Amino acid sequence: MTAPCSPATTIIGLEVHVQLLTETKIFCGCLNRFNPEEPNVQTCPVCLGLPGALPVMNRRALELAIRAGLALSGTIAGTTKWDRKQYYYPDLPKAYQISQFDLPFCDGGWMDVDDADDGDETQASRIRLIRVHLEEDAGKNLHDETQRGRDSRIDLNRAGTPLLEIVSEPDLRSAAQSRRYLEEMRLLMVYLGVSDCNMQEGSLRCDANINLELVNDDGVAIRTPIVEIKNLNSFRGVEAALEYEIGRQRQEFAECGGVYADSEKQTRGWDADRGVTFAQRGKEDAADYRYFPDPDLVPVQIAAEWIEELRTGLCELPAARRQRLVDDLKLSRYDASVIIDQGRDLADYFEAVAQRCGDPKRAANWVTQDVLRELNDRGQAIGDFAIDADGLAAILARIASGDLTTRSAREVFTALLDDDPEGEQVTVEARIDEIISDRGLATIADSGALEPLIDAVIERNPQAAADFRGGKQAAIGKLIGEVMREAKGADPQSVRAALIERLSS
Amino acid sequence: MSDSSQAEPLVPELTRDVVLKVARLARLHLAESEVESFTSQLTQILDYVGVLDEADTEGVEPVAGAMGLNSVLREDLPTTSLSRDDALSGAPHHDGSYFLVPPILDPRAE
Repeated sequence: MTAPCSPATTIIGLEVHVQLLTETKIFCGCLNRFNPEEPNVQTCPVCLGLPGALPVMNRRALELAIRAGLALSGTIAGTTKWDRKQYYYPDLPKAYQISQFDLPFCDGGWMDVDDADDGDETQASRIRLIRVHLEEDAGKNLHDETQRGRDSRIDLNRAGTPLLEIVSEPDLRSAAQSRRYLEEMRLLMVYLGVSDCNMQEGSLRCDANINLELVNDDGVAIRTPIVEIKNLNSFRGVEAALEYEIGRQRQEFAECGGVYADSEKQTRGWDADRGVTFAQRGKEDAADYRYFPDPDLVPVQIAAEWIEELRTGLCELPAARRQRLVDDLKLSRYDASVIIDQGRDLADYFEAVAQRCGDPKRAANWVTQDVLRELNDRGQAIGDFAIDADGLAAILARIASGDLTTRSAREVFTALLDDDPEGEQVTVEARIDEIISDRGLATIADSGALEPLIDAVIERNPQAAADFRGGKQAAIGKLIGEVMREAKGADPQSVRAALIERLSS
Repeated sequence: MSDSSQAEPLVPELTRDVVLKVARLARLHLAESEVESFTSQLTQILDYVGVLDEADTEGVEPVAGAMGLNSVLREDLPTTSLSRDDALSGAPHHDGSYFLVPPILDPRAE
């Protein structure tokens, strides 16, 4: 059964959780370190919730949080406080989570998300934020996978590690846009040094709220009940879960005609293996967190001078940097995005190459194609790449000066990559000279140098020459190929022109 | 107990339903007789603190704590954690590495 409802609007809001890169936990001095091999070695009376233990706020966690809030254009509160959010779960030893209820450290804010995946006409959508707050993370439950009813195991290393929660307005309009929002959020947080956002380790997770506005048979717009999908921990998962949920809500609407027995918000989980969302909590278990101010912690006043100091210290943010590559270096929006989306190190590499070779467009082509392809093939990060920015800039400068054809430059690039890193150390310029001379890659630009070669090739291939003279244009390909094999530094266009001239005379 | 009807309580009346709900949130199973006795006892407690409602708080800034302190922050420096054995020692069940709890029924429902 297909759902015949249209026009439809998809309404999505995301709650993104980001683990902060502090040395220690948010309210105690236990290490904040992903360490599943050694369960329960990073705990103390505070994060175990033992009687009498008192939490004290980590200044660095607050600093990283403020940095994130500023980068998201939020308003940093002069006063913020801590509240207890109470629920029972085995990974929450105190039976409450220290979080922020009515006075989060950061209000509002926004992030721009490009609408399309490529093209230069990219428009951006501004996704508004409701708030950003700090809280402590819970521990980790390990369930018995055998389904034999064995005990669940709990590792509390993660309990009490600092977590940033970024809550968006329901401004997202599609699953794909939600994914891009999350990707841009990840990029920003990594740029800021606020989080490593390692998704395998759970450093970036999100919950998604989604419903649809659909029109029923009487032409009345009806909103489907809001569904919260919990604990999405991959970009693909977010997109797939939302796509699935859009289809499910349409189907349900078609079946009930927009008349819902229960219009309460529903919590659903995402089963990545089966590719479906599933109902999670019954109504009788509906969350009732009974927030109240934590009497063990005192409010925090954030000095305006501190906020300004952190604002001044912010690095150039990815969105601004992307725009600068377009405006100042005249890159296409697409190329700028490919470079920026790879992270700060690759963008730094690109800018160094562009500056040193003097041709940003050429640098962008090489970085987005040749360099990225090699990095992917080798599973390497740019920091481990055999050709540093100086090396690539030197190759590109030689193309610009006419000393290398693009094709020969690729051969030099490959040769440099294959160099033994333990081998003889010479400057990259000297090494490039060596490769050019070993392989005969020097450009042969003047036709004088080409002439004897061309004559020899024509002489060896009388049939191809006759065919071309007889009108078979394609026959010249074989001749060009032979000349190029002998004169690697030659430019194929010049060879073609010289051959045609010779054959036509 | 008849007093409670005379004051104008800011908190809703503590009915049997409220007691059952609070018990469920606290994972407490109450016997029928306990429901009754707790309803009456909790009502007395609320009446007792109800005197606070009489305080005039007009124009008084809300505070989040009674200590008058704020901005107590610590530096991001590690302290010594408990050994795993010590951490586990107070738990009713553990396997030497992990705390053990009765199976969480729906593993996907985390």
